[in-house]
Amino acid sequence: MTTSSVATRAPRPRADFEQEAADASDIGEVERSLSLGERLVNNDTARRLAVLIVLGAVWEIYARWVDNPLILPTLGATLTTFFHDIASGVLIDRVATSLRSLMLGYLAGLFLAGVLTTIAVSTRIGSDVLSTLTAMFNPVPAIALLPLALIWFGLGIPSLVFVIVHSVLWAVALNTLTGFRSVPDTLRMSGRNCGLRGVRYVALILIPAAFPSILAGLKIGWAFAWRTLIAAELVFGVSSRSGGLGWYIFEARSELETDRVFAGLLAVILIGLIVEAVIFRFIERQTVQRWGMQR
Amino acid sequence: MMTDSAQPGAGKDLLTVDNVTLQYKTPQHLVTATYKVGFSVQESERYVILGPSGCGKSTLLKAIGGFMSPVTGEITIGSRPVTAPGPDRMMVFQEFEQLMPWKTVLQNVEFPMRATGKFGRNEARERAVAMIDRVKLGKFRDVYPHMLSGGMKMRVALARALALEPAVLLMDEPFAALDALTRREMQEELLGLWEQLRFTVLFVTHSIEEAILVGSRILVLSPHPGRVRAELDASRFHFGEIDGAEFGALSKRIHGLLFGAASRVA
Repeated sequence: MTTSSVATRAPRPRADFEQEAADASDIGEVERSLSLGERLVNNDTARRLAVLIVLGAVWEIYARWVDNPLILPTLGATLTTFFHDIASGVLIDRVATSLRSLMLGYLAGLFLAGVLTTIAVSTRIGSDVLSTLTAMFNPVPAIALLPLALIWFGLGIPSLVFVIVHSVLWAVALNTLTGFRSVPDTLRMSGRNCGLRGVRYVALILIPAAFPSILAGLKIGWAFAWRTLIAAELVFGVSSRSGGLGWYIFEARSELETDRVFAGLLAVILIGLIVEAVIFRFIERQTVQRWGMQR
Repeated sequence: MMTDSAQPGAGKDLLTVDNVTLQYKTPQHLVTATYKVGFSVQESERYVILGPSGCGKSTLLKAIGGFMSPVTGEITIGSRPVTAPGPDRMMVFQEFEQLMPWKTVLQNVEFPMRATGKFGRNEARERAVAMIDRVKLGKFRDVYPHMLSGGMKMRVALARALALEPAVLLMDEPFAALDALTRREMQEELLGLWEQLRFTVLFVTHSIEEAILVGSRILVLSPHPGRVRAELDASRFHFGEIDGAEFGALSKRIHGLLFGAASRVA
């Protein structure tokens, strides 16, 4: 019984055959361009713009319903103040002051991160030093160091730069070191195979190979620095003569000009967006995406 | 097709590995990879190191590349001892990561020529273009590596190494990560390039068939730690002869050397 049931499970013999591949000319549309609607839906910018428009409409409608400009000014009033202050130059001046301290702190932070990481990749003790320092200071909010900065440097740019350096340094150093460590061995060996050593090896092999991590570090560092700066200006901008964006917001609050507070916040958001979505996106597209190191 | 007696520069020892023992450390163990291995490679030879996985053949190639130094014995190229990595021993690895993702095919091939300072800008460009054409990637010159297939990446790596005209080309199981059809194609192409350029190549593999096809001389290493088991001539075999009786006989003989006569597969 069992033998016969096994026998019936054997495949039925079939004849071998060969033939030309079937004609594919009647397959229909091989390629067609998408309609405008389809392309809009597939476009990231268009979709995000739609989200923004909806959010703006919700804000406007809710503010009109609340009808209390002291608590929640309308989008229209905020935009009017925003453009008015840009036209009068006040806002531009404040933003310029903020960006100046930011760039100073950011560049100093990057330089220090570069020095620390170079020491860390070249010696084992350097790597221990960086790991320990990062573990200690990375979790400390920059704002918590502001009182100390005020004692050491007094009111003004040096204190701002100090807290910005703190917020940039550890994020960038940590990411760069992680990036260097994850460069594949094969790539390292093929670099050394060409006789590369020292600074040339770091510049020509390690930095480009670790660039996705380095760029991530730069982005995180930028975001930390921007937040820290605005917060620091809010805390002690009162007594500095040429205030930044944080001071602009603080000033507007003390005079109960809520629409101006919103206009200041709008400027904070816009600058964040421009740096993130324009500058960093551009760098990303020209480098890591073009190289296929990141989707 | 291949007339080995007429090789230019034949008969001169180019690379000598003398009594080399290699050890490396893992976090838990000290591993002896090869034990007292000795052989010499002559100019324009296709020398294959064949052995089972873990016999230390890749470690041996790394030592020749200058990435680690032997515990005993000496490796010399020309008449100079090998102490550090250098462009006279260009390596082609198995991994596709050996190409620089941030450089185009052309820039990748140019890079070693420029980085070593061996060729000027224009000459490097010309040589790179010519070598890329030779490996049939002319159309892909300005493409980044991530857009290439595995076989194409391997061709770029090969072109990059050959364009520099190294004294010896070191290949570490270069075709092991490719599919069977592409592997066969690349083996034929390597032989075709060798026909044209007559470079010296040291080729590491664990495939008996590949060793006989690619090599003109085969060094058979024993399982861990790698010790020399045999050195055989394979210059008489060509691509059409895979099914031949002589090919089969040599293949069986090597199989016997590697795994012992008892486990010989009929």
